[in-house]
Amino acid sequence: MLEAYPDNRLARVLLWSFCALVLAFLMLPTLVVVPLSFSASDLLEFPPRAYSLRWYENFFGSATWMAGLRTSLILGTLTATLAVPLALLACISINRLGGRTALAIQGALLTPSIVPGILLAIGLFFVLAAQRLVGTLFGVLVGHVVLAIPVACIVLLPALARFDWNQVQAARSLGANWARAIGGIIVPQLQISLLSATLMAFLTSLDESVISIFVASGQNSTLPKLMFLSLRDQIDPTIAAISTLWTVIVLVAVLIVSFRQKS
Amino acid sequence: MTVLADPALAADARRERRFFLSLSLPALFIVGLAAILPILWIIRQSFLTTGGEYTVGNYEKVLSSGLTWSALVTTVELSFGTLAFCILLGTPLALALASARPRVANLLMAFVMLPLWTSILVRTYGWLVLLRREGLINAALTGSGLTAEPLPLVYNFTGTLIGMVHYMLPLFLLPVYAAMRDIDANLVRASASMGATLGQTIRTVILPLSTGGIFSGSLIVFIYTIGFFITPAVLGGGKVNPLSIRIERTLSTFQDWGSASVLGILLLVLMALIGVMFLAARRLMARNKFGTAHA
Repeated sequence: MLEAYPDNRLARVLLWSFCALVLAFLMLPTLVVVPLSFSASDLLEFPPRAYSLRWYENFFGSATWMAGLRTSLILGTLTATLAVPLALLACISINRLGGRTALAIQGALLTPSIVPGILLAIGLFFVLAAQRLVGTLFGVLVGHVVLAIPVACIVLLPALARFDWNQVQAARSLGANWARAIGGIIVPQLQISLLSATLMAFLTSLDESVISIFVASGQNSTLPKLMFLSLRDQIDPTIAAISTLWTVIVLVAVLIVSFRQKS
Repeated sequence: MTVLADPALAADARRERRFFLSLSLPALFIVGLAAILPILWIIRQSFLTTGGEYTVGNYEKVLSSGLTWSALVTTVELSFGTLAFCILLGTPLALALASARPRVANLLMAFVMLPLWTSILVRTYGWLVLLRREGLINAALTGSGLTAEPLPLVYNFTGTLIGMVHYMLPLFLLPVYAAMRDIDANLVRASASMGATLGQTIRTVILPLSTGGIFSGSLIVFIYTIGFFITPAVLGGGKVNPLSIRIERTLSTFQDWGSASVLGILLLVLMALIGVMFLAARRLMARNKFGTAHA
């Protein structure tokens, strides 16, 4: 855009060095944990003087951390399994109805992502407390599903907009019922978007911390909740090992999504 | 909808519409159950004593407490502080990205997206490691002789702000970058060929055309930061107490559900106020643009 100013070297150098600093600021905290996780020392020394895998052993050997990991993976899977079909149906509805009704539905589905997490968390805590469901997997699950639905919708709505609805009409006129039309025509054609939506829903749940902090407890504590509690008390390099693993998992998922979408 | 002459066909169309409407019911039900009902419950709880009787005592207690008002001030300070730094750091970055060749821009965007995809807890931990007294940044500062003593960079307002700016910057950048990328390069060329300096072009052509993006970005910053919890809880070290932290403390330490709910409602009111301010500002700016176009 600024190629109209080829002579302004100084401005260009200044702008780009500023950008390099900002990008470094953005990358630094993610990258700094990686070498730390391989440190052999109890202290958070940087760069580590000796390397080891002891913090990874610590993580995989701890019953508490493993329970957290298990809970998070189960929750993520359940969240994706529930949120994506619900989002798909809602998106079909939005896509077909159009106009004000569609806007209203879309607005309602987006509410959870606008309301501050802390409010959802304490509100859900109150509701669950009244039903004696605090600390159950179910409580956290509802919270995560409701956060994952808008994320899945963001992926699925544009995909549905590109979908040729005449195919469904044709299937219907040839005698297919709705379940068959949706399952046999829409789902296979939206395969890639559905995969993206599933991964995004999974990641939303995996990454969610505030609702988990308030609503999950004991055996059902998620990994983010355990990380939060341990960050408040002490900062030992086990967290660095978890953080590194966590980032790798998320990056792999994101890369799968972006490559799938391009191909 | 087209008007169908045949009543049978019209009935068919109505039935189909009802069917499509019903498809969104399961999702709407979950949202009602896990988002709308909790908010209503907070409102209800704010009028109840611990014994479950109706009262306005919670409001009197919370609104007369100095802690509430200082929490409100801290919340607003953190939000505006984060916004200021996002504008300061994000706008030039967006400009550089928008003016870069697409391949370079895409590569650099990956750097922006990486933190966006990193768990907030991982990032918070990273900042703890970097900003501690014995941390990397203080080691560099004292090692190079820039400062004699390590600076207090974390477990205070500064640390919280750094963490929040870091969290919000990619989210702020995305709409600003999108707006700048959509600017017609011919406008910039025209401005340059008519003798405007780079600074003039940025001020009078590029920035006005990206206000929409900057507005959306700022709104996103507010929506997120107003209820921010993890970052002040960890990087604030107990010294930074915005509304979110007060809510948590009132709930878990004092078991005072009523007061926690009142604080929650304050948070909602604050959000609504800022939302209204934004809409008003946007309308005002749209009117001004219209005015200058006719002048």
